[in-house]
Parts: sequence; structure tokens; C-alpha cells
Amino acid sequence: MASNLASENRRVETAAEKALAGHFDAMPADDPMHEIRSSAFDAIRQAGLPHRRVEDWKYTDLRTLLKDVPAPAAPGDVEKARAILAETDPLSDLAGSRIVFVNGHFVPSLSDMAAIADQVDFASLGRFLADGGAIFDRFDTADPAETPILALNSAFMSDGAVINIRQDAEIEKPIHLAHLFVGEEAGLQTLRNLVSVESGARATIFETYHGPDDLGYHTNTVSQIHVADGAQVRWIKLVEDGSAATHLGMAISRLGAKAVFDPFTYTAGPALTRNEMRMIMSGPHTKSGIRGATLVRDKCHADFTLLVDHAVPDCESREYFKAVIDDTARAVFQGKIIVRPDAQHTVGQMMSQALLLDEGGEFDNKPELEIFADDVICAHGATCGEIDEDMLFFLRSRGIDEAEAEQLLVQAFLAEAIEEIGDEAIEQVLEARTRKWLGMAPEIE
Amino acid sequence: MLEIKNLHVRIAEDETEILHGIDLKIGAGEVHAIMGPNGSGKSTLSYVLAGKDDYEVTEGEILFNGKDLLEMEPNERAAAGVFLAFQYPIEIPGVGTMTFLKTAMNAQRKARGEDELTTPDFMRLVKETAQRLEISMDMLKRPLNVGFSGGEKKRNEILQMALLQPTLAVMDETDSGLDIDALKVVADGVNALRGKDRSFLVITHYQRLLDHIVPDFVHVLSKGRIVRSGGKELALELEEKGYADYVGEAA
Repeated sequence: MASNLASENRRVETAAEKALAGHFDAMPADDPMHEIRSSAFDAIRQAGLPHRRVEDWKYTDLRTLLKDVPAPAAPGDVEKARAILAETDPLSDLAGSRIVFVNGHFVPSLSDMAAIADQVDFASLGRFLADGGAIFDRFDTADPAETPILALNSAFMSDGAVINIRQDAEIEKPIHLAHLFVGEEAGLQTLRNLVSVESGARATIFETYHGPDDLGYHTNTVSQIHVADGAQVRWIKLVEDGSAATHLGMAISRLGAKAVFDPFTYTAGPALTRNEMRMIMSGPHTKSGIRGATLVRDKCHADFTLLVDHAVPDCESREYFKAVIDDTARAVFQGKIIVRPDAQHTVGQMMSQALLLDEGGEFDNKPELEIFADDVICAHGATCGEIDEDMLFFLRSRGIDEAEAEQLLVQAFLAEAIEEIGDEAIEQVLEARTRKWLGMAPEIE
Repeated sequence: MLEIKNLHVRIAEDETEILHGIDLKIGAGEVHAIMGPNGSGKSTLSYVLAGKDDYEVTEGEILFNGKDLLEMEPNERAAAGVFLAFQYPIEIPGVGTMTFLKTAMNAQRKARGEDELTTPDFMRLVKETAQRLEISMDMLKRPLNVGFSGGEKKRNEILQMALLQPTLAVMDETDSGLDIDALKVVADGVNALRGKDRSFLVITHYQRLLDHIVPDFVHVLSKGRIVRSGGKELALELEEKGYADYVGEAA
């Protein structure tokens, strides 16, 4: 019994866990969100950070991987952020509106929603936190005990975007949610976005994350998304946090009838990344294309974990993930599709593919299909291989040197998933990110 | 232009020797045909010329314009003027045909110390050449060779050859999988490129192709050796008698 007690009390034991508890205890107790934060953080206090014996975290053991967690970041220098944004904005002039967060805090002077103000309501999360967070009841959530990223987010969230896209709105240009980390001191930025897209509306949300290399800052970001009946949403998330950064992200979405929701997660940069996505299809004839590209090198670790819940009949989901792995980096894909007993005529097609550029790399792939309906079409496939020697030789035989031929083939490998986005301008943005990662010239006409 | 001396080649993986001492000289502007039964080493010879590293040269040498070809990387050979038209052109999903063509042309120009092509110049060149080979621009918008018919793939090879302007073109069974109309288009494309500074090594199983691309010299390859050489009339003789004599002779 003594040992039992001892283990109960020793949940918070690693340096990172101790740091988190210290940061949490330092937060003001008179915060109207205190109760919500506390009950979320209790999940961490009780279970500690997830580790390899927790099935969902088997390949991404946070207890080992997280060496430390910096304190919540102070607001960053706005002028510095302005300069960085001007210089590095991957969307350049593609976006029609922009919401900018620096070190996890909304910066109105860098943001501009004027062009779509008559169709989109926007507020930063700050004011909703001040009144105790009643707004959260309007969105799907998850049990913090099962979702440590959400638990940490609820405990530490400082700001975020609350967006309502009105019924039948047609937002042509992407809404850019830009997240920058600036400064020389590591910090923790924790963001929560609440996005609801009313029926029949169409929009593209383009989230970007950027920060300095060699700085061990942390990003934790959770989006709760409600896509109403007949709405069509494209959601691109570009994770380019700095080379020593940690990025923990989660998206929880609910899709109505005849909705179309196409998220694409592109990850290239941070030392440690875990992106989770939970989606519930709650109305019939809904379609979702969930795709991603992960590019890792050195000792980077990037995990994408997906749960798609087909709760009703006649829905279609397509899952397509690509990973490019160099050096001794590691990529993880876990994809679970649940087809509930009533969800007849479900179509679910999952594919994950990895390209290993070095023998030291590792790809862990875990597809799971839980099918309780009998009239469905579901399939999954996975491949893991090296660059095709015949393709490489063909390109070289035309005069292209080995390095450039390899770059072309890496781009080609990722393009298969990127081209399913179906919007040329967005595809070009992501292809340019790949060229940057590969160290190629910015443009091939 | 090309001088192959006592070339012995084996498969790198299992060390099986395929070519047992090939001697061949090709002068500038000449068209040589190599004919032979299946398994005689025809494709091996073409891959060795292009530099595929599945093969190992154990003896002999290949000189290309006086330079040691075997010391050069595949891309260096291409920049120096060697072109292999593949028997089975590779499909590369995700690489746009136009991107590929431009990258290849500019890589070769860069290797030779020439300026890169501007986009308008490149486009004009591709359009003109594609039209001659009855290749639609729609086809060129697709990923390289993906969804192309056998004939389209072969025409695409000739398009690459016409754009890259090699001095030695090695054509590995370019006629395989082609119907007579496609064969004519391909042959016309090749004939248009014939000139005093450009040589061809045409590898084929059948004489049919040589009706359209008329060679100056014909060599018979059997069991890894050139067992007979002659003029274009040798091809006709082979068409009539088959390879039976040579298979026996080499054994």
C-alpha cells in the first residue's frame, strides 16, 4: 500500500512535469477561468505527461522527449514581428484577411479583417476568457484525461481567434491566422481557436506558425471547429516553428450534413511536433479529405494522430499522409477510422506513405479501422521506401545531377498529396515551402 | 566519336557476365544498328553507355570524343552529349513534364557553361518541337509519362532527344510497343535529327524499324559478343533467316 501511495504522488516527476506544475501554480488564482484551468491541469497532475505505455503515445513519449517546458511567454515586440512577417510570410498576397498572434497574444495592429467584416465575425479569445469561458460549451471537446494536449491547452491558453463565418458567406481569399514567436528568450505560447462556419458558407483558413531557430520555445494550439450543414471549409495548417521548438497541436471538428471539410497539415521545422485531429461526421453526405505532409531531418520527431468518427450514414473520408524523413529523424502516423453501426455506405480510404532519405530514419505507421457497419467501403494502405533508383537514373540520364534529381523526386512524392488540395495558389504556397526545406531556389516557372 | 574497346560487363549484384568483349567504333554522323535475339546483351550495352550503376565494367574501355566515358556520372555524360532513349520510359508521378524538360535542359546548359534558357525561349522551343512530333501541349501538362500510352512515351523520348540535341543518341528498342503510324512519327523525328555531327546507335530486335531509320552499319549481337557486322543489307538477311545461325555460332 505504501508503494501505491508513493506512485500516486510521483506522477509529476520529470523536469518538464515539474516545470509545468510550477508554471501553473504561478498563475493568478483570481482568474475567472481558474476552475476550468485547474480541472484540466489535474489530468496532468494525476497522470503526468503521456509516455510510451499509453497506447496513443506509444511512438511519441513526451516524458522522454520533453526535457523542459518554458514559462508562459510575455508579449513579443510588435515591430519586430511586423518586420519578420513582411519578410517571411509564406502567403505573401494570397490572403484576403489576416489575424496575427505574437507569442500567443493577439496583435490588432498587425491584423486586418476589414475586407470580410460583413461576412465574418471575429474577436480574440481574451474577452471570452475574462467572463469564465461560457463560449466553450458551444463547441465539441474531448476528455482532458485522454487528451493531454487539450488539458495543457485549457490550463495555459492565453488567447486565440474566435471566428464565426456567417450563413452562405463566400470568402474567396484565405483567412490567414499567423502565429509568430519573437524574442531571444524561450517561452510557452498557448492558443485556442473557436471557429464556427454557418450553413452554406465557404471559406479557407490558413494557419501558419513561425519562430526563431535554435530557441526551445513551445507552441500549444487547439482549434475547435464546427462546420454546419452544407458549409465548405478548407483548412491549411503550416507548422514551421523553429528548429529547437516544440509544437503540440490539436483540432477537434464536428461536421454537419453535406458539409465539406478538407484539412491539410504541413509540418517542416520543429524539433518535436505532435498534431492530433479528431473529427466527427454528424450529418449524412459529408465529405472530408484529411491530408498532410511531414518533412523531418536531423533528430526531429513529428507525429500525426488522427481519429475520424463516421457516426452517420453516407459520408466519405479520404486520408492521405506523406512523410519525408532524412538523417535520424522520425515520423509517426496513427490513423483511426471508426464506422458506427448506423453509418452504412461509409467510404473511408486511408493511405500513408513515407520516403526515407537516409538509413537512420524511422517511420512508425499505425492504421486502425473499427468498423461496426456492414455495408461500407474502407481501405487503408501504407508504404515506406527509399528514392526510386530507376526514376533517379532516368532524371540523371537527362543531365540532372543527383542532388537536384533527388530534390525533384522529394517534391514529386509530396505533390501527390498536395495536389489533392485542388487549389493551385495554395498548392504553390506549400510547394514553395518544400523547396525552401530542400534548400532550392524559390521558384521554378 | 564513340569507341568501345574489349568491353566486358557484368551485373553488379550477382556478378553474371553479360558482355564478353565488345568492340565497336562509331564515327561522327553515322547510324549503327545493333540487332540481336532477346538476352543477347543489347539493353545492357545501352545502360552501360548511359551509366546505370547496376552494371560493372570489368575490362575494356569506352572513349567518347576521346574522353573516358566510364569515368563520368550519368548527368555528366548527358551534358557531354550522350542520350539514351529508354525501352521503357519511366513514369514519374508528381514531376510535371514541362518542369522536367526545363530542369534537364538548363542543367545541361549550366554544366556546359552556357546561359539558362528564359521561359519564353523554352516555351517556344517545346511548342515547335512537340508539334512536329504530334505531341499535344495537354500531354505535356501531365506528370512525366503518367497516363501516357506506349506510343506517347516513345514520342516523349524523341521530344527530349530533339530538345537536348545530343551528339550520340542510343535508342533502346524504340520500336517496341509502337504501331506502324507511331513508328513513322518516331522515325521521322529521328531522321530529322540526323546530321554530320550526330551519331546514332539503334538497338532493335526487328528489322522493321530499319526500314524507316536506315542504318549505315548493322551489327549482330549474340550472347554478349558482336558476331557479325555489315551494311544495311545484313538487317534484311536477318529478317529472312532469323537469329538461329548466330545463336548456334556463339554457343
